Amino acid sequence: MQVLQSYAPMLPEIALAVGAMLILMIGVFREKSVLFNPGADYAAGWLSVLVLIGAAVLVINGAGPREVLFDGAFISDSFSRFSKVLILGGAALVLVMSFDTLARAKLLSTEMCVLMLLAVTGMLLMVSAGNLIALFLGLELQSLALYVIAAIDRTKVRSSEAGLKYFVLGSLSSGMLLYGASLIYGFTGSIDFSVIATAVQGQTPQQNIGLTVGLVFLLVGLAFKISAVPFHMWTPDVYEGAPTPVTAFFAAAPKLAAFALLVRTLLTGFPGIAAQWQQIVVFLSIASMLLGAFAAIGQKNIKRLMAYSSIGHVGYALIGLAANSEAGTQALLVYLAIYIVMTIGAFACILSMRTADGPVEDIDSLAGLSSTNLPLAFVLGTILFSMAGIPWLAGFFAKLYVFGAAVKAGLYTLAVIGVLSSVVGAYYYLRVVKVMFFDEPKVKFMPVDRSTGVVMALAAAFVLLFIVVPAPLVDAALSAARSLHVATAATQ
Amino acid sequence: MTIGLGHYLTVAACLFTLGMLGIFLNRKNVIVILMSIELMLLAVNINLVAFSYYLGDLVGQVFALFNLTVAAAEAAIGLAIVVVYFRNRGSIAVEDINMMKG
Repeated sequence: MQVLQSYAPMLPEIALAVGAMLILMIGVFREKSVLFNPGADYAAGWLSVLVLIGAAVLVINGAGPREVLFDGAFISDSFSRFSKVLILGGAALVLVMSFDTLARAKLLSTEMCVLMLLAVTGMLLMVSAGNLIALFLGLELQSLALYVIAAIDRTKVRSSEAGLKYFVLGSLSSGMLLYGASLIYGFTGSIDFSVIATAVQGQTPQQNIGLTVGLVFLLVGLAFKISAVPFHMWTPDVYEGAPTPVTAFFAAAPKLAAFALLVRTLLTGFPGIAAQWQQIVVFLSIASMLLGAFAAIGQKNIKRLMAYSSIGHVGYALIGLAANSEAGTQALLVYLAIYIVMTIGAFACILSMRTADGPVEDIDSLAGLSSTNLPLAFVLGTILFSMAGIPWLAGFFAKLYVFGAAVKAGLYTLAVIGVLSSVVGAYYYLRVVKVMFFDEPKVKFMPVDRSTGVVMALAAAFVLLFIVVPAPLVDAALSAARSLHVATAATQ
Repeated sequence: MTIGLGHYLTVAACLFTLGMLGIFLNRKNVIVILMSIELMLLAVNINLVAFSYYLGDLVGQVFALFNLTVAAAEAAIGLAIVVVYFRNRGSIAVEDINMMKG
């Protein structure tokens, strides 16, 4: 009994894993019944949403002081809880808004739901990872499930090509991450972040070249997972090729999980050699912001546009990490939370882009949307304005926090480049708005599905009303950032 | 000449580089890419076991075992995706994986 009690901080992960296996069993045994509709399994879908919400409730209920399980492999603190609630909420919203789209494409199957739940379990483990083995296993559990989800529409060439590309580049990045992890283990003598932190305290690259090489490999592997430039090549292809609900899922939850993992690794494992990794993070950030801004300009496919947009957002969020301060981490968490809501809203709109013949993805097909479907045009317009960082929408405050943290940390160049590239970025967001409001209508979209509409409205309301009540999110992010920095200070 | 840690690390680094070159330089077949990925993951195992022996610490060998398990799962999923791709496209030549560009 006492042993069970000590597993309590891990309850959300256990619940998710057990829930996934239960749904799998139900799916397998129900196959024989007459009521079973393989491509449109709403029951499995709602059951998964229930499991996700249940896990989120367990996370919130488990609030308490920092707890460490399994010899430091699993850490439950306010940082992990903040990220977990966002991941679970994001995954649940994506699933709810995609039900009808998935069912129409005959993709709402037990497998899909189970894979999503397992991927989310991996993400939660990543967020809580306290040593290199836990980091690697969480990341792989997430990635392996995501490779399959990308290729889930197995009769379509594009979907299987997206899965193949994602698999090859994802495995390459896992390999590099692992090589880096092995070098870090060898040159510090431990896989535990807190022990590594004491071992590397104040070392220069000349003293421990193996460690520096290992850290670079580890960073490259993680940069692949958050799709920071120059390790972004898979993102546009996978976003375009995967079914739209899957793309929405990719853009939201895994990004946050990989970011949380990166932040925890660097801030708790390598605070003593911050000057070394800061240079790399600054470079990744500048490259991502610029490429996200310029490469998106010529895009015709809305999902590809969102891919480049997400690369740009990764660049902005990385500014918060480059600042290497409590304010920076807080800004990063606020940025990611707002980014997730905006992305989910944008993808809810993209899911609604369908004619009588099926879904469309060209930006041109949005022409004249304001005259054919004003609410949809209004929501998409609001979210794009927010992504561009127009005051006083949520996206503006996200950028404000990040740039503020950069200025406070003395990273003026980074802040200036960030502001300039968000001006360039505004061009392509506003181009879509222009197409929607000032061009002649070409096609007429089908009515928006009810669950998609609800998620869309929620996202738009959040983006518009964030200015009224920013406190809950900002305070939660602050306490999350503090828990990480306090833990760091304790090891030094 | 005694074989020390440096020799093991060099072998692992060579294998790892070969694996990476195999992914980037290979213009023929996706199966070769899968083999290259496997080579990279297993090169890491040499590193881990060598470090583990040198440090007198078992954690590295535990890590290597996890690594083996995950590499097996990864190969299974990779082959499954390649089979699905072949059914749709009728080819697994690297130059044919070009439906999406930009």
